[in-house]
Amino acid sequence: MTSAALNVLRSAMADATDSVDTNWALLFACWLLVTGASLGSLFFSEVMELPPCTLCWYQRIFMFPLPIVLFMGLFPFDSKAIRYALPLAIAGWAVAAYHLLLHVGVIPESVSPCSQGVSCKTKYLDLLGFVSIPLLSLLAFSTVVALLIILRKRS
Amino acid sequence: MKKNQLAILGAAALLIVFAVGGYIYKQQRAEKTQAMAKQTESPLSRAYAQTLGPPDAKVVIVEFFDPGCETCRMFAGPVKSLMDSYPGKVRLVKRYAPFHHGADKVVQILEAARLQGKYWETLELLFEGQHRWADHHNPNPDMVWQLVGSLGLDMERLRRDVNDPKILDIVAQDVADAQALGVHKTPGFFVNGKTMSSFGLEQLQALVAAEVQAQYGR
Repeated sequence: MTSAALNVLRSAMADATDSVDTNWALLFACWLLVTGASLGSLFFSEVMELPPCTLCWYQRIFMFPLPIVLFMGLFPFDSKAIRYALPLAIAGWAVAAYHLLLHVGVIPESVSPCSQGVSCKTKYLDLLGFVSIPLLSLLAFSTVVALLIILRKRS
Repeated sequence: MKKNQLAILGAAALLIVFAVGGYIYKQQRAEKTQAMAKQTESPLSRAYAQTLGPPDAKVVIVEFFDPGCETCRMFAGPVKSLMDSYPGKVRLVKRYAPFHHGADKVVQILEAARLQGKYWETLELLFEGQHRWADHHNPNPDMVWQLVGSLGLDMERLRRDVNDPKILDIVAQDVADAQALGVHKTPGFFVNGKTMSSFGLEQLQALVAAEVQAQYGR
């Protein structure tokens, strides 16, 4: 047991001091993005104290595991991480897409599951007149899904 | 660059942005609310609000509260004795953040009772009977009408006044101000525009003591 664990650790350490190749860089970019998105979401709720609505919570549920799963895939590089991260990212993307459609009014609020507590239509952030929190979320999930699909094709 | 260096650098950069951004945001918000406290009309100071204590007191506690909130009830007594320990130096401003089910209606009744000069009596009664009308499993704001019956108010006038547009405006303005000030939980306290670093009676006492010290010296 101990020697097996040590071997894993040793190979991870050896890999960590390797120089960067393209696949690793792509996965690292993915990790930076999801970590930034997770911290950004925490910034909205913990620093700005904006209460997250139900749909925001579902997106957080799919976003928050990604920094950890992807980090484990970085040291040592393990393309299996893509297999575990991609379903989470796609599920998060679907919720974000639904949220954005609700937010801009394509889906009427009566269909919304957020009748109690914080409304998912509450507009907290409005940069340049169109950048909202659901839009940022959808952008983040879209980029992660795209990067992971590219990585899957490459490796 | 090696992988591990890159990862450490990336993680550090993200965390630094988060921490510095958070610090700047909090700092700016604190400056904004402290500036608001000095103005005569701002989300923190509204001329219409019910107050307790001398108008020239230099330490002003603004409390956003909900008559249905248990913690607000528990703070009522201690805040009163806190004011009594600095006679003539502290003023309390009561503002509304009716987050509980039906609490906005109860606030309207309180404001209508205020028109008959019975604000504090009514508030005390609302807190006393809180477990009955603001039960989380079975809220029943209509019960408040029976409760206030014992105060000797002109009930006919009270029923008329609760829907007075002026009262509705006050409640709407307070709700909007609470939102603007980031009050999402009750009671929300501001002492000369400053907030507690963490929530608690001791922290409030310390904040008031510090402000009395700053405004009046020893």
